Amino acid sequence: MATIVQFENVGLRYGTGPETLSDVSFSLGAGSFYFLTGASGAGKTSLLKLLYLAQRPTRGMIRLFGEDAVTLPRARLPGFRRRIGVVFQDFRLVPHLSAADNVALPLRVSGVPESDVEAPVREMLAWVGLSDRAHARPATLSGGEQQRIAIARAVIGRPEMLVADEPTGNVDPAMAERLLHLFDSLNRLGTTVVVATHDLQLINRIAGAHMMRIEQGRLSDPTGSLRFPPRDA
Amino acid sequence: MSDATASRAGRRLLDNGRQTRAMRWVMAVMLFLTVLAGALGLGTWSAVAGLDSQLAGRMTVQLLGATDPAVRAVVDAVQQVPGVRAVRAVPRAEMAALLQPWLGDAGLDADLPIPVVIDIDVAGDTGSVGDAVTARVGALAPDARIDRAARWLGPVRSFIVSLAWLAGALVVLMATATASIALLTARSGLDTHRDTINVLHMLGSTDVQVSRLFQRRIALDTLVGGAVGTVAAAGAIALISARVQALDAVLVSGVALGPVDWLLLAALPLLFTGLAMLFARVAILAALRRTL
Repeated sequence: MATIVQFENVGLRYGTGPETLSDVSFSLGAGSFYFLTGASGAGKTSLLKLLYLAQRPTRGMIRLFGEDAVTLPRARLPGFRRRIGVVFQDFRLVPHLSAADNVALPLRVSGVPESDVEAPVREMLAWVGLSDRAHARPATLSGGEQQRIAIARAVIGRPEMLVADEPTGNVDPAMAERLLHLFDSLNRLGTTVVVATHDLQLINRIAGAHMMRIEQGRLSDPTGSLRFPPRDA
Repeated sequence: MSDATASRAGRRLLDNGRQTRAMRWVMAVMLFLTVLAGALGLGTWSAVAGLDSQLAGRMTVQLLGATDPAVRAVVDAVQQVPGVRAVRAVPRAEMAALLQPWLGDAGLDADLPIPVVIDIDVAGDTGSVGDAVTARVGALAPDARIDRAARWLGPVRSFIVSLAWLAGALVVLMATATASIALLTARSGLDTHRDTINVLHMLGSTDVQVSRLFQRRIALDTLVGGAVGTVAAAGAIALISARVQALDAVLVSGVALGPVDWLLLAALPLLFTGLAMLFARVAILAALRRTL
């Protein structure tokens, strides 16, 4: 199995503060499912930001899709970001746009012709069970509905890697399980999935998923699969 | 965004009604003033050209108490000077008619010593040809008074040229102000839509795509506002032109706009739109370069 992400001794510091992440090293296999767990403030979101290229590390080496992501020229970042789907903890939906237009954004950003946008958007809205809310603005949607729109937006471009920060934080257990199955089915299609969560019960629901645990900015590897991704994952 | 986001969804990404309306009004005022200044510049410039072509090549010789043979001798002599296009002794009846508004019927009195006026039309300016004419007339009639139109029109011409340059400077200033407004609007738009732009970046938008969103919005505001301002200014110019024509004064009648001038004025909103787009793009790209 190819390695899609590789971190070596990565450190991250915001300004002159203490290191948020220290000596983080791991590898993620393409097509695998990973859970990132840890207490609030442990560094989960910071680690995800490095994964979806919202932040550069202050030290260490990151390889993403086989290329050095630390020294990657700024002009090449958009191309890399289009290969990563992100579900933000705070959803970050565009308030002026309808649910359908929010979901369509990655396709439009990628230059997909307008005639080829409508069908996948309809499909994604049906996938997350929000077909009847296609024209609703985010402000009129519940937290759970916004979260599902954010997930639909993250996966509509069939990314090579999906990064989700607490994607089930605002939904009831039934919806959480449903969303998890959405991620699982995406993973079965070949997408590498990284889900940050503090809900340990979720982890057991995906067969073959790996766990990464972060504590005070340092990564532990309880399953031992991060250093050496399993070949049959 | 890409061409696809030229769609209504793409335009709505930066939706901000109140800011847009303000920008359009500002642009309307800017273009109104710019078109007026441009019209002043073009009009005065055409007046200068008119002065140069109609009056600058003119000379006048005044002979007091000269007999008809003496006048004819001067006319014949001047006609021999190379560069002189036409020479005409103004008939006494015509002179009397010209003076009637000031002298009344007294101007018709044959005993009134009205000077004989000889109009001379010189090709080009009156420099060297004027000197030759002056020498030739001076030899035949030492007391003759010779006026070159260019000499007494010099200060007038200089004043009109100054007005034209001032108008040009005003247009440049307005263009600079418009560019600054576009720059400030783009920067303020970046702040207003920072969250949206961050999301777009995370979804893989390039800086150029983000910049296009702002360029399109600023171009639309400049074009719509500019068109309103230009139409209003054109109305004002047409009104002023009608008043100027009604004056029937020689000096101001040259202040007129031709078809090319109107075309140039009509192009100003387009020019300003391009300028605003360019500066918005520069501002946005420079600001985005400082982000990841």
